[in-house]
Amino acid sequence: MQRHLISAADLTRDDAVHLLDTAEEMARVADRPIKKLPTLRGRTVVNLFFEDSTRTRISFEAAEKRLSADVINFTAKGSSVSKGESLKDTAQTLEAMGVDAVVIRHGASGAPYRLATSGWIDAVVINAGDGTHQHPTQALLDAFTMRRRLVGRDAGLGRDLAGKRITLVGDILHSRVARSNVDLLHTLGAEVTLVAPPTLLPVGIESWPCEVAYDLDSTLPKSDAVMMLRVQRERMNAAFFPTEREYSRRYGLNGDRMAKMPEHAIVMHPGPMVRGMEITAEVADSDRCTAIEQVTNGVSIRMAVLYLLLGGNEPAVSHTRIEEK
Amino acid sequence: MDTQQYESDARPVLEGSDIARVLTRIAHEIVERAKGADDVVLLGIPTRGVFLAQRLAAKLEEITDRKVPVGSLDITMYRDDLRMHPPRALARTDIPGDGIDGRLVVLVDDVLFSGRTIRAALDALNDIGRPRAVQLAVLVDRGHRELPIRADYVGKNLPTSLRETVKVLLAEEDGRDTVLLGAKRTSSGAQQ
Repeated sequence: MQRHLISAADLTRDDAVHLLDTAEEMARVADRPIKKLPTLRGRTVVNLFFEDSTRTRISFEAAEKRLSADVINFTAKGSSVSKGESLKDTAQTLEAMGVDAVVIRHGASGAPYRLATSGWIDAVVINAGDGTHQHPTQALLDAFTMRRRLVGRDAGLGRDLAGKRITLVGDILHSRVARSNVDLLHTLGAEVTLVAPPTLLPVGIESWPCEVAYDLDSTLPKSDAVMMLRVQRERMNAAFFPTEREYSRRYGLNGDRMAKMPEHAIVMHPGPMVRGMEITAEVADSDRCTAIEQVTNGVSIRMAVLYLLLGGNEPAVSHTRIEEK
Repeated sequence: MDTQQYESDARPVLEGSDIARVLTRIAHEIVERAKGADDVVLLGIPTRGVFLAQRLAAKLEEITDRKVPVGSLDITMYRDDLRMHPPRALARTDIPGDGIDGRLVVLVDDVLFSGRTIRAALDALNDIGRPRAVQLAVLVDRGHRELPIRADYVGKNLPTSLRETVKVLLAEEDGRDTVLLGAKRTSSGAQQ
């Protein structure tokens, strides 16, 4: 496996399956009375969040603490970044403190890649979402949820998602979740279909390894999982669709639409859900909606990523070498 | 190829029938020491300890006529040498439904060597529950302890030199039952 986790596209099929299998074992820890492992004792992980995200940050924090890492939370608000400090200076400060891993969330696409490859810092870099680019741990936890529900918890071990048909609906243009999912699901052998209004599809979508459709109703009956994406109004700088009501009528998932899905099919949502727009309360609260399960699985996946990137000797050894010089 | 070479050079110290016999003896010893096997839980350490634990459970059932809970305890994340190697793949931890609180837990492993695996297993047990007592059953004790740990039930005491390796092969994993004593290979893999 690579040293950093920057993009879901960097993962090979074997890496991804290994990660999912490891997460399955990590999930068992959550069922214990003492949800703690000594695996990362003495390692320091910084959660470097330049963009607000309570959900992802506490998920990483829970994973780090369950593995006994020392956790430092760094939010841009009220920090030196608001005084004008650059990413480079922040990175060098962290390096000087002997940080072993940096979990970074940044509004600019490519910031984690820059951090990992610029030589500013020697720590393992884990992308927790960058701009509209990638959110690999989200894709992994989605794939984990799909494998558990569609293949089985124990039966899924060692298996990928070959032949499963996954539909992603909504704001593909602004969605790093969609990008990461298309990459990872393709690697895992699933057939992905994107459904969105043409205005919410990015340029160059033809080169993505997936199908594109504009009509949700005809796609639903042949989907094993339907993932609704949040309409990211905060990233929208123009009118991408006439009205919310219009969007909801064409691309929102309601009870009638859910009934068109095969019986085994699941509804997914990366959260936060905007009830009434992309998903109705009826669907969000149904047994088929895995939104809450995805949150639980997120901790297991992040534990697996941290263990596989940080549990062994590679990053630690390179640190020792620097100190010895 | 490498493994085949090792196996042809190595000397068998326990054959299949010997392994069956020592496991029967260990099962009887467990029943005798625990005065029955009412509260015994067997936990095998992956990979081969799990198969040995399952075999012991079957023998205990024959002797006592009651089912003995058996599970597996992966100690990977509790190892003290994690940082010296690339991350290891995790094996299965499976604790029997009723848990281990107040039970007599018998840890089962194939080879007892430095004692570090057992130390890690004791740490792992700590996080899972509070057994009444913990005992250790091993198929082979090859010596060279690095920690003050001793087995309660030993299939065979096998004095070895550090230049030698002990390899346990079991039908469930390797197709046949045997314990091999061979020379240490320079490449990794033969020694644990």
